[in-house]
Amino acid sequence: MTDAGIKLGPFQFSSRLFVGTGKYSNYEVMNQCLAASGCQVVTVAVRRDVLRPEGGKREQSLLDALDPTRYTILPNTAGCFSAEDAVRAARLSRELLEGLDNPGAQWVKLEVLADKRTLLPDPIGSLQATEKLVKEGFAVLVYTSDDPIMAKRLKEAGATSVMPAGSPIGSGQGVLNPNNIRIIIEYLKENDPDYPVIVDAGVGTASDVTVAMELGSDGVLLNTGIAGAADPVRMAHAMRHAVEAGRLAFLAGRIPKKLYATASSPTEGVIAPAARTR
Amino acid sequence: MRVQINGKDEDIDPGTTVAALVGRYNLQPKHVAVEINCDLVPRKVFDTTRLKEGDRIEIVTLVGGG
Repeated sequence: MTDAGIKLGPFQFSSRLFVGTGKYSNYEVMNQCLAASGCQVVTVAVRRDVLRPEGGKREQSLLDALDPTRYTILPNTAGCFSAEDAVRAARLSRELLEGLDNPGAQWVKLEVLADKRTLLPDPIGSLQATEKLVKEGFAVLVYTSDDPIMAKRLKEAGATSVMPAGSPIGSGQGVLNPNNIRIIIEYLKENDPDYPVIVDAGVGTASDVTVAMELGSDGVLLNTGIAGAADPVRMAHAMRHAVEAGRLAFLAGRIPKKLYATASSPTEGVIAPAARTR
Repeated sequence: MRVQINGKDEDIDPGTTVAALVGRYNLQPKHVAVEINCDLVPRKVFDTTRLKEGDRIEIVTLVGGG
C-alpha cells in the first residue's frame, strides 16, 4: 500500500509514529522499543546535567545510548511554564543538536505548560513562544489542547505542525473528544490539505492510536503508552501496526454508521422455509 | 569568586572560562549546552567566555522525554 508519508517543515518521514525516550527501565529497552516502533523521530527533553566533582565517574547518559545518525531528534520544552523559559530551552536544544550534527537542530516540540496537575498547555504562552521561535527560524511543532480555535491561531502564528492532545499527557485515556480533533483537522487542512496535524499525548493502547489516525491525523506522538506497558517492546510493535492500520483505514474511507442491519449476503435466492409442523 | 551553577552556589577561580568549567566536571562539550544569566553561550565561544562574580550558570544536556 502506498503512503507518501508525512512532510514536516524541512523533513519527510515514512513513519507517522513519533516516540518519546522517557520513562524506560533502561536504555537497552528504550532502543529495542524505538526499533520495534519503526519510528524515525524521537523526542527528548533538556535538563540540567548531573555535575560530579573532578574525577567522578559518569553514568551512561541518553546521548551515550541514542544513535544520532539513526533518528531525527525532536527536542521538547517540557517542564517550561512560561514562553520565555520555553524559548530558552529551544535555543539550548538547538545548540546541543547542532553539536551532534543532528538535523533536529532545526525544530522543536514546543510545550508551554500552565498547570502541574493537568499538564494542560498555557494557550497565551504557547502562542507567544510560537511567534518568537518562528522568528528565530525554528520549525515549531506545538503541543496544544483540542481547542480548534487555538489550533487555528497557532497555525496562523507560523507553527509547522499543530499537535492537539488526545487527553492529558501520560493519562492513557485515548482520544477523549474525537469531534474536536476532527474539527481541528478540517480547519487546519482547509485549502492546505498537506498541513500536518499530529495527535500528541494521552494515548494508552494501540486502538487509541488507530482512532487518532482514522480521524485523519497525519501522525501520533506518544511515550508513556509504550514505556509504561508491561511489555514495552511488544507494545511498540503494536503501536507501529496501529498507526499503519489507522492510516490505511482513513485513506480507504470507512462506511457510514447506520442504526439498523444491512445484510451482507444476497436477499434473493434463499431456499424455501420449511413448513412448520406441530 | 562566588557563582551559581545549576542552582548550587560554588566557589571558582576568577577568570575561569566556560570551557574550563565544563572540563572541571569531566563533561563532553558536545553533550552540553550552557547558559549564563539566561543567555545561551554558543559552544564556539566556550574558550573565550569568562565567568564573572554572581553569574548564574546552567549546564544542560538532553535526557529521555516525551
